[in-house]
Parts: sequence; C-alpha cells; structure tokens
Amino acid sequence: MLQDKDRIFTNLYGLHDPFLKGARARGDWDGTKAILEKGRDAIVEEVKASGLRGRGGAGFPTGLKWSFMPKQSDRPCYLVVNADESEPGTCKDRDIIRHDPHKLIEGCLVAGFAMGACAAYIYIRGEFANEAKVLQAAIDEAYAAGLIGKDACGSGYAFDVFLHRGAGAYICGEETGLLESLEGKKGLPRLKPPFPAAVGLYGCPSTVNNVESIAVAPAIMRRGAAWFNSLGRPRNSGQKVFCISGHVNKPCNVEEELGIPLRELIERYAGGVRGGWDNLLAVIPGGASVPVIPKSVCDEVLMDFDSLRDAKTGLGTAAVIVMDKSTDIIKAIARLSKFYMHESCGQCTPCREGTGWMWRVMTRMVAGRAEVGEIDTLEQVTRQVEGHTICALGDAAAWPIQGLIRHFRPEMEQRIAAYKAGAPMRMAAE
Amino acid sequence: MGESTQTNPEPMRDSFQPSSFAFDGESEAAIPGILAKYPAGRQASAVLPLLYIVQNQMRRQTGSAWVPVAGMDEVARRLDMAPIRVYEVATFYFMFNLKPVGTYHLQVCTTTPCWLRGSDEVVAACRAATGIEGWGETSADGVFTMTEVECLGACVNAPIIQVNDDFYEDLDADSTKQLLEALRHGEPLKPGSVKGRQTSAPDGGPTTLTTLQFES
Repeated sequence: MLQDKDRIFTNLYGLHDPFLKGARARGDWDGTKAILEKGRDAIVEEVKASGLRGRGGAGFPTGLKWSFMPKQSDRPCYLVVNADESEPGTCKDRDIIRHDPHKLIEGCLVAGFAMGACAAYIYIRGEFANEAKVLQAAIDEAYAAGLIGKDACGSGYAFDVFLHRGAGAYICGEETGLLESLEGKKGLPRLKPPFPAAVGLYGCPSTVNNVESIAVAPAIMRRGAAWFNSLGRPRNSGQKVFCISGHVNKPCNVEEELGIPLRELIERYAGGVRGGWDNLLAVIPGGASVPVIPKSVCDEVLMDFDSLRDAKTGLGTAAVIVMDKSTDIIKAIARLSKFYMHESCGQCTPCREGTGWMWRVMTRMVAGRAEVGEIDTLEQVTRQVEGHTICALGDAAAWPIQGLIRHFRPEMEQRIAAYKAGAPMRMAAE
Repeated sequence: MGESTQTNPEPMRDSFQPSSFAFDGESEAAIPGILAKYPAGRQASAVLPLLYIVQNQMRRQTGSAWVPVAGMDEVARRLDMAPIRVYEVATFYFMFNLKPVGTYHLQVCTTTPCWLRGSDEVVAACRAATGIEGWGETSADGVFTMTEVECLGACVNAPIIQVNDDFYEDLDADSTKQLLEALRHGEPLKPGSVKGRQTSAPDGGPTTLTTLQFES
C-alpha cells in the first residue's frame, strides 16, 4: 500500500494552492537547474532505469521513447503533451492539470531538455476550458519567475511551453491525429512509419507523451530511479492515478502503486462495490477500450500492465469502471460501441463502416432481436476491424465487444431466447 | 446544413447565417498572443483558437455561442487558409456550434460511466424542465439547447452536465431540476459537485494525502 510520503500528486484533490507558491511548498521547481545540469543523457538514462511506462494507455517505456529523438538536429524538436483525456472512465489528467499544474510544466522542461526540444505544446481537450485557464495561469507564472522561457531556471536553456485547446474530438488523443490537429487540420491519424520522433509536428522530430508520464518525471529525477522502481511490481514500476467510477459506494481518484489487487483498490478507496463484493458483475479495468472482465477474474487480478494483459484485458489509463449485478452488461457495452461510432474519424473503411455496423448489431443484441448465430458474425466482424486500420480506434471499438462475447455470451443468448419467447425484457432498451 | 451544391458560391448559407463577420476589439486583442505560439508560416495551427474566438464573440454579441460561415471565412482570411480548410475543421470538431444555440448549452454526458450512475434520469429531468424533446434542439424561449455528448472526462463525478464552459457533477434528477431552475433565473450554481464533494475525492473527504503538511 502506497504511503503518503511516496505519493507524487500531493494536491490531487485540490485542497491546496495549485499555483507557484503552493507548488513550491510541495517541492515543485526545487533544484530543477541541478537536474538539467546532469545532462540530457543522464536524464534519459534515469527515466529508463526507473522503468516508467507511458501512462496514457499503451504502456510504452517512456525513457526509451525519449531516446528515439535525434541527438543532433538541424530542425527544431518538440515535446507534445497529450492532455486530450477522453477515454471513457478516465479523469486523472484533469486533476493533475487543475490541481498540480506546475508538476506538468516542470516535467515539460525536464523531458523537453532531455530530448533536445525547444518547446512543449500541451494539447488539452476543449471541454476542459476551466482547467485550461488554470494551466495557462500557471504557465504565465512560470515564465514570469524565469522557470521557463529564454533562460529556463537559469540553466541557459531556452524552452517555451504553449497551451493549445482541442475542440471535442476523441481521435485527437491518438498521437498522430493530435499532431494533425495541432497543425490546424482535421484530426486524421497518420500512417506510421515515419514515427513522430523522425517526422512529427511540422515535420520535425517530436515526442508525444501523456500528461501523467511527463508530470512524474521531476519526482523520478529528484528521488531517483531506485525509489520509483521500489514501488509497484517488476516491469510495472511506480505509482499511478486510478479513476474508480460506476457502481461503487464512493467513486474517486486515488494514487496507488501499480500491482495493487483490483479488489483492494475498490474496497479500500472507493467504499466497495454497491451491495458488496458479491454483488459485482464485471469491471472494465482500464478505460472503455479494454475488454471487460467478469467477477471471477476481478477476484484475484492485479492492477498493472502485465497482469491485466495476461487476463486478456489491459491497464489502459487505469480507469476502473465497476458494474454491479443490476447492470445490463450488453447495453453498457453497446453504449461504448455508440461512442466509437461517434468518434471514428472516417478515414479507414473498416472503422468508419465497422463501428456503425457493430453499434447497430449491438443495439439489436440489447433487445435480443437477433439470431444466436449473429453473435459469431459479430465476433468475426470485430476481428475484421481490429488491426486493419491506421490507428488503434478500430481495435478499441472491437475489444469491448470481444470481451463481452468472451465472458457474457450466455447472457446474450438468453436475451435472444427471451425475445423469441416474447417474454417481457428485464431492463428493456428505452 | 442547407442544400448546397458545388456551384453555389456561398455554400452552407442558411437563412440564420449573418452576411458578414468582423472581429471586435476584445477578439482583436487576443489574436496576436495566439499567433505568437506557432512558428512563422505555421499560422494554420491557430485555426481552432480563432474559431473559439469567433464562437465566444458571438456569445458576447448575440447571447448565442456559435460559429457562422462568415466567421469561418474571416478566420480563413486571417490565417491565409483556403476557406474549405476552415470549413472542414469547423465541421469535424464537435464543440463548434454550426447554428445558434440557447443561452445555456446543456451538454449532457450519456457515455457508459455516466449511464451507470443514472444519466437516464438526468436526461429525463432536463427534458421535463426545458420541454426539449430531441437532441440538438433549443427550447422555445431560447434559453436552453440540449446536446448529447460523449465522455466529458470527469467520470468519478458522474453523471455530469457541461453548461457552456462549466461542469456540474454528481447529479441526480432532483439536483438537475434545481440546476436548471437556477439557470432559468440567470443565477447559475457554483460549478463542480452539486453535492459539495471535494473534487474527485471520495464522498466524505479524502482518505489519502491526510498525513501531509505543507508550509506556504
């Protein structure tokens, strides 16, 4: 269990001053110049050694990603921070931005310096209008105090931080869709390769990182890779902000160690499942994109990248969506299908057509207005979408349905049988 | 939007579209700072911020936050972009209203985390209080527009409505009704949790971060 002294986001709930004076009191901007004086390579090596894996969902090693940036470049290099938090269930970056903005800004400087970037662009989702105001005020303070700008922290390094608001498109959370959007275009993801580290923002070397990945970097540099590595589990080191939503008694965000048992996370921090653990039906453990797991898996599973992968799901953004036995699980997943249909950018045919098709079939599955054989057809279509698109939105649309069929096929068949028998539906579709 | 054809010199020009748009003093004052964020020759990056400027100016001037085609044309001119490039951006991003909306734009989240916590009741309460039947429609008195939105990113405080720029969280049918009453009287409630919860902390107060003291 993580102790307060090892928590990074010490103003997670906004009880204290988010701005510079309060941030300094919490240890931000303490000896930043000395961190930079260690040099680019030392910072990258320290973050690599910490085992930090990207907090935006994919879990790619952060230090390794930074090392892909060119050592020498005749073009400017950019750090792009993905603050387009839109994965259903996820609301952690919002708290970092509105309550601990200086952790993010200092992280931008440390990470940007380590990759030789001249500036950071923070792309924040448009709906976070008030959060953007807080962050901009914090950026302005940091400039005024000389922490960023022409001579950041007196290091002689020039570094800018710019805030850019999105405007309501989930696809811009995909890193290359984000870059397109930042360039003033529709957020249509790019084919990779080339990867952003070679051809990114404005055709220049760029690295896109999640807010939380960047915001923990200064703490790792101050307290050391060994400290970070001592938390969590092997290959899944450190702490993480979990978002626990849905059918729990006390939904909340909380920072805990990776590898905490799901059951402990829910019972210790979120007041337990409504009606008790035995009233649990299923959990989506990492945001809408990852497959749902039934109670039998939830009983034992640990909340880290590898444990959840072994359970045929994923840690994703660590957004835990809890569903008790009153839930119409087919409808819960069908609503996610609608989400992906709405958010598909329309660029790739399997996703553009597939997300709509899957939603329409899922709508019939909710009512039971289908043939049992269509469950297999639906499963096969998800396989046709998965892996056949430029970006991972197609996969994200497929996985929740695959998880539903894997674990709740009997419920789907029952629904169909009940419809055929003309029985009144429990929790009928509206 | 409209029944435009390729030969129409003014595509998307519905009757509610104003014939012209010019930035006012407040908007003009904000534009240089926005353009300065992007490298020379990359001013197209400012298209989203400038469309927001248009939408906010319309709110100031008409009480309705939306982006008319004439505003898109003005953004195109400022950024040296082809108008079609601005149109395709304005229509791709969900937050730009392409027709007038009510004074209070109720953006009701119904995605799974909100749905699990009772967004159906919140939607029903909105319909009852505003008389609005369908999504995207505006009440007869022009006070409310109701839009179904996808996940707003405040899921541990579900269900949520975003009213203009502000999030109202931890709603149920009764508190939704009270929220809309207050808006109708032009006295918006304090944004955030309507239950008075401390942001994303568990109900009853934080159970972590309780042992730390900060000197400031």
